[in-house]
Amino acid sequence: MSFNNLETLYRQVIMDHYKNPRNRGVIEGDALTVDMNNPTCGDRIQLHLQVEEGKVKDAKFQGEGCSISMSSASMMTQAIKGKTVTEALEMSKHFSEMMLGEELDSDLDLGDAQALSGVSQFPARIKCATLAWKAMEKGINHK
Amino acid sequence: MDVRAIRQMFPILDQEVNGHPLVYLDSSATSQKPISVIEAVENYYRFDNANVHRGVHTLGSRATDQYEGAREKVRRFINAGSTAEVIFTRGTTTSINTVAYSYARANLKPEDEILITPMEHHSNIIPWQQAAKATGATLKYIPLQDDGTVALEDVKSLVTDQTKIVAIAHVSNVLGTINPIKEIAQIAHAKGAVLLIDGAQGAPHMKVDVQDLDCDFYAFSGHKMCAPTGIGVLYGKRELLEEMEPVEFGGEMIDFVSLQDSTWKELPWKFEGGTPIIAGAIGLAAAIDFLEDVGMENILDHEQKLADYVMDRLSTVEDIKIYGPEHRAALVTFNLGDVHPHDVATALDSFGIAVRAGHHCAQPLMKWLNVTATARASFYLYNTEDDVEKLMDGLLKTKEFFGHVF
Repeated sequence: MSFNNLETLYRQVIMDHYKNPRNRGVIEGDALTVDMNNPTCGDRIQLHLQVEEGKVKDAKFQGEGCSISMSSASMMTQAIKGKTVTEALEMSKHFSEMMLGEELDSDLDLGDAQALSGVSQFPARIKCATLAWKAMEKGINHK
Repeated sequence: MDVRAIRQMFPILDQEVNGHPLVYLDSSATSQKPISVIEAVENYYRFDNANVHRGVHTLGSRATDQYEGAREKVRRFINAGSTAEVIFTRGTTTSINTVAYSYARANLKPEDEILITPMEHHSNIIPWQQAAKATGATLKYIPLQDDGTVALEDVKSLVTDQTKIVAIAHVSNVLGTINPIKEIAQIAHAKGAVLLIDGAQGAPHMKVDVQDLDCDFYAFSGHKMCAPTGIGVLYGKRELLEEMEPVEFGGEMIDFVSLQDSTWKELPWKFEGGTPIIAGAIGLAAAIDFLEDVGMENILDHEQKLADYVMDRLSTVEDIKIYGPEHRAALVTFNLGDVHPHDVATALDSFGIAVRAGHHCAQPLMKWLNVTATARASFYLYNTEDDVEKLMDGLLKTKEFFGHVF
């Protein structure tokens, strides 16, 4: 049985993040908390960000949703940890462009999140993939 | 009933999706349209388009005749006593909101109660939440049995002298539960409450006789019964509609207008402010012709057989959890092991099978089921046992794929 089409979307690294999420949990103490959901499908995420001196010191998430939204949250937190706020926002922009299937004009390293590029071929799932990134943007912009 | 011949009347079904023949199992969201409906709308725009109720010219008369002819067709379809009781709306949501704005706000007092169930679609919950907030009335819920049905004893004990409105789905869009409307109407009326039926999943699939059901309001949408989007119906008993104020004001719905005051047209037009949904109503009339040619009894019979078949087949899938009662309308809501329903829907789509995934506009029901989302396959007159087999095959492949990548 060939699942070529599905394998474009559900790469091994994505399923690994879904099964073994990184940075799942809450940050105790002084952290930014952002709740965001996808009202059309019920995916929801709570993101905790610890930002100090313009840098993302720590990022954790909890929530419920499909493999794409949850793996994306795991990958996103991994990608932005240790980055400056400006870098994190740039990565989010880069990620959104990747979702739209656009030619990327920067060579930012999104780490494992790069594996989600196949989502661009599944328009109905783009919102799943961008949920965590949008939550991160909201948290940083409202700080 | 010749399903093969029926399928040929739906041009959209004859296509491949992701390299597989389309298997459309999302008719509860919206049904497909037969060629006769598509052509009726096209012909109206091609030959007869004009505004209704005002033009002296010939096209205006043709458009008016077709629009009002559609109303008479709907009246017969649901056996309303008069066309005065048939109001065209944008759909079920607008129909229910019309009652919640007009009837509910005028009649509810702080000590009153509105009674609904947790199985309702958001469109039969939120209008009542808002009406309760506006009037100080209380919104109460009839609890569900474990199998997702409503017990008439519960209805009896919850309908009290305080109950002014009971609102319930004819058929649940998630559980497939078919509610005992006639019995609920008797209970509601015994205490002086009015009964509104959300018929979005009822009218497309079974013969509805509003006089026999004795409901006070019946709301439904055209697009779930082979008609275009943007047209729906609010049936209401004449004596209630007469007392109700319009919700939208403007052209079309007035009798006399002076500088400070105006009077309304008679029923049903006082509820149809603005240029009406003429093409939609004409499309709905063509859809009713189509459905009645097939026969509503035949459609229900076909769907009941499909419902039994799909339940028999799907219940054999390992790790599947099916929600709702044994006896149901032709839809099945389920979860497949630990695979998230969005992932199930994406996988099925890759095999050309269209199902819905998510909360189905029924978040309180999802909470009752203790899930965040589910997948749903829903069937209509053009679906066959072969579609069920393709769904089975798709589900087994989906299990294999996610079993393999996990």
